[in-house]
Amino acid sequence: MNGPEHTPDPPETISRRQFIGWGAAAVAGIAIAPGVTLFDLAHGRPAGQAASNKTRWGMLIDTNQCSAGCNDCVTACSTENHLSGGRKETDSQWIRKIELKDLRNGKTHSLPMMCQHCEHPPCVDVCPTGASFKRADGIVLVDRHICIGCRYCMMACPYKARSFVHEDVTGQNPDVPRGKGCVESCTLCVHRIDRDQKPACVEACAAAGHNAIIFGDLNDPRSEISKRIATYATTQVRADLALNTAVRYQGI
Amino acid sequence: MMNAECGMRKAERRAQGAGRGARVASCSSFIIHHSSFVLLVLTLGAPALAAESTRVPKPVIEAGQGKKCVENTEFMRRNHMELLKHQRDETMHKGIRTRNHSLNGCIECHASRKNNSVVGSDQNFCQSCHSYVAAKLDCFECHSSKPKPQAQKQADMAQRPAGQGAK
Repeated sequence: MNGPEHTPDPPETISRRQFIGWGAAAVAGIAIAPGVTLFDLAHGRPAGQAASNKTRWGMLIDTNQCSAGCNDCVTACSTENHLSGGRKETDSQWIRKIELKDLRNGKTHSLPMMCQHCEHPPCVDVCPTGASFKRADGIVLVDRHICIGCRYCMMACPYKARSFVHEDVTGQNPDVPRGKGCVESCTLCVHRIDRDQKPACVEACAAAGHNAIIFGDLNDPRSEISKRIATYATTQVRADLALNTAVRYQGI
Repeated sequence: MMNAECGMRKAERRAQGAGRGARVASCSSFIIHHSSFVLLVLTLGAPALAAESTRVPKPVIEAGQGKKCVENTEFMRRNHMELLKHQRDETMHKGIRTRNHSLNGCIECHASRKNNSVVGSDQNFCQSCHSYVAAKLDCFECHSSKPKPQAQKQADMAQRPAGQGAK
């Protein structure tokens, strides 16, 4: 490639998306009064507006930051979603810590594993009633009003992310209804996202000083998660299945 | 259903007949009339009619924590289930979390001042009518029957950016 046929890099062009982004930023800059703008691009949607496919929520988990002994994300999940936090086979588990060890050199990794919020979720493919579904913004959920508890989705999930509720539940978080006879899994704390908050595990990880989980919009090139994915090598677990997961890992 | 319809027709005839001074005295027709009356009471909103009758026991509904409902009482008695079902799908599938017709919104106002719940005793808001008309109430097998604790509510509002307040 050192010959005269070597072509120079193409000149930088402004993509359509970028141009529209600048336009929107300019519109948002129109101020009614100092500090009061017509539009607020940085924040989420109002409570009465439906989730949109312009957004795709995702997580990047940096396994180099994740501490082996730390279980804070799991505890925070149990507290937020009123899970027992127990380890019996009949206890629901939305997020769990996993230790990986390279047998050749002994290098260990610790990482949380949960619903990967696939773009092409197998659980949705197999659900016979339509209870398992993907919301417009990419969050994979179970509609408990429709779920008949057949557990086919649990078998289809390559990440073992789903649990069946075996026993009566009382004292639920009013934002997170749960009950016997349904399958459930990580909702990405959808009730918090709708309030423009971060999932409980992300907050707990940051509070513990690890900052191993970054949450954000994969469709927004200006979000921290998009910048990190564009800069560093990140992995989707079982990428061979081409499910295009929204949860990605760095350092494994 | 056949019996009920038949009973209703008979009840109408009886009402017409009563105007002309006719009397129906047989025991079996009394049972039919009686059941049709109960059916009418159930169909047309038990508390409204029960208040006018002294023969039928009334459901006892204790006062909740709110002051005024988001819709008028007559409309709510007949349509609350439709509003709740519509809102449930909007919230679950689209993430629309307005408060007016949400179950959480209902519970916040209607929770009892005694046990802070809408079910649990026959005087609690949801249970009082549902047990009276024997309509199964299974919302609370999954949903919490108590409002959010005040501290949690305040924390949510504090973290919500300006302009994001739910209606």
